[in-house]
Amino acid sequence: MLITQLKDRETLDSLAAGKVFIVNCHGCKEVRFPEEEAKALQKEWLEADKVTGILTTDYICNPENMKLRLERRRAMIDEADAVIVFSCGVGVQTVSEYLEGKKVYAGCDTYPLPGYQGVTPLDVDCDQCGECYLNLTGGICPITACSKSLVNGQCGGAKNGHCEVDPNMECGWERIQRRLTQVGRLDALKCPVQVRNFATDLDLKQE
Amino acid sequence: MKITEKFDRGEFVVTAEVGPPKGIHIEHVLEEAKEYLSNITAVNVTDNQSSVMRLGSLAVCKALKDEGLNPIFQMTCRDRNRMALESDLLSAGMFGIDNILCLTGDHTKLGDHPGAKPVFDLDSVSLLHTVKCLEEGHDLAGNELVGEPPKFAKGAVVSPCSDSIDAQLAKMERKVMAGADYFQTQAVFEPEKFIAFMEKAKQFGKPVQLGIIIPKNVGMCKYMNANVAGVHVPDEMLDELRADKEKTKAGITGVEIAARIIKACKPYCQGVHIMAMGWESKVPSLLEQAGL
Ligand code: SF4
Ligand code: SF4
Repeated sequence: MLITQLKDRETLDSLAAGKVFIVNCHGCKEVRFPEEEAKALQKEWLEADKVTGILTTDYICNPENMKLRLERRRAMIDEADAVIVFSCGVGVQTVSEYLEGKKVYAGCDTYPLPGYQGVTPLDVDCDQCGECYLNLTGGICPITACSKSLVNGQCGGAKNGHCEVDPNMECGWERIQRRLTQVGRLDALKCPVQVRNFATDLDLKQE
Repeated sequence: MKITEKFDRGEFVVTAEVGPPKGIHIEHVLEEAKEYLSNITAVNVTDNQSSVMRLGSLAVCKALKDEGLNPIFQMTCRDRNRMALESDLLSAGMFGIDNILCLTGDHTKLGDHPGAKPVFDLDSVSLLHTVKCLEEGHDLAGNELVGEPPKFAKGAVVSPCSDSIDAQLAKMERKVMAGADYFQTQAVFEPEKFIAFMEKAKQFGKPVQLGIIIPKNVGMCKYMNANVAGVHVPDEMLDELRADKEKTKAGITGVEIAARIIKACKPYCQGVHIMAMGWESKVPSLLEQAGL
C-alpha cells in the first residue's frame, strides 16, 4: 500500500505561480489518494483562473493509455506554464517522461504503508521516500534512478554518462541535468542543501 | 594547522596523500611520510579508498599528527550514517585534526566487500553542511554542542576533465554553497581541459588544487582510461611511457610528465595535490622538477 499526501500549501502555490494543467490519478486500489483535499485546492485555483484544464483518471502509470489522453488535451497543456500531477511518484514520472520539454511537478508526497505495492509495468520506479524530490529533479526520481540515491547532485563516478556501479545504466544525475536544461529549470540545482529524512513515522516526517 | 591559512596568504599549497594499510602496522607509512612528505603543507589520509576495507583514516591522521605532520582527514559517506560521521568529526576536533575532505565515496559494489550495505545517508554536499552545523555549535538535528565548537578547513573534490562538465560545475557550486573552503581535483592529464574548467570555476572564488597522479606505466594508464571516471591519459603520453622502458620503470618518465602538467596548470590554480599511490619517494624530485 502507498499513501499520498498533498504537499504543503505554500509549496503547492509556488508550483502554481503561473497557469497550470492538472492531472489527478484516482489510481489503483493500492494507493490512497487525498481526493477531498485535492478537490478543494483545485476549486480555489479554478476560481483564481489559474487552471487550463483538469484530467482526472485512474492508472496514469499506464503509458499507452496516458499518451492518448494527454494528446487529446494538448492545447490545454500547451497553454499552461506547468503541469501538476496529483498521484504517487510513479504517476508523476510517467507524465513527465511523456511531456518532454514541459515542467511537470508533483503535487503529492508518497509514503509507504505495510502491505502490497501497486504493480507498475514500467521502467520508472518510486521508493515512497515520503518527501518527493521530483520537483527539484525535472520529474526523474533521484532515489531510484541514481545507484546511491543521491539528492544533491551527481557523484564523481559517472564515466561516459554511465553509472559507476552499472556501466549499462545511464547515470541518473546525467539524465536529471539534461532534463533540467531542456525545461529551463537549472535553477532547481541551486536549491538549499537536501538532507533526507528516513523516519518512517508520518508524524515525525511532518515536523 | 588549517591549510586555508596558507591559501589566505596567497601561498601555492602542496599536499599529497597516503593510504592506510590493510592491517595495524603503520611504521612504513609513517617512515615514508616523514622522509618524503614532511616539507609539504599537509597529507591526506584516504578513507577505505576504492571501497577496500583498511585501517581507519582518523587513526592514521592522529598518528601522523603525533609525528609532526599536518593531516587532512578524508571522509566518505559510504560506510557511516550521519550520527557516526558527526561523532567522528568531533573526535577529529578533539585530536586537533582541523583539515577535512568531504567525499560521497565509491559504491560498495566496486570494492572488496561488494555485499556490504552502501550507506549514503549523507553525501558530499550534505556532509559539508553537517561540518558547518557543528562549527556553528549544533549538530545536524539542531541539538546544541557542549562548549566551544570545533573549526575545520572544509575541503571537497571536483572532476575537471569529466565528460559531464556542467553537472560537475553545478555540483561544485552546491558544495561552495554548503560551505566548502577549498577544492582538490581528480587527477589531470589534459592541462587544456583543466584550464578551460578553471575559467568557469574561478567564479566561485575558492582555491583549487590541481590533482596529480604520477603515471607509472602504460598498463596503469590504460586501466584508468577504461575504469576511472574523469581521467583520460592521452595517446602521446602513452607513447612517451612506451618509448624507454627502463626510464619509465625507474619513474623518470612519469615524474617528467607530471612536472610538465603542473607547470602548464600552475598559473590557473592555487595548489597541487599529489596522489602518489606508492610512489611517495618520487614526490621530492617531482616538486623540484616542477619548480615548487
Ligand atoms: S522522489 Fe522518487 S521515491 Fe521519493 S516520492 Fe518521488 S518518485 Fe517516489
Ligand atoms: S554515477 Fe550517477 S547514477 Fe551512479 S551513483 Fe553516481 S550520480 Fe548516481
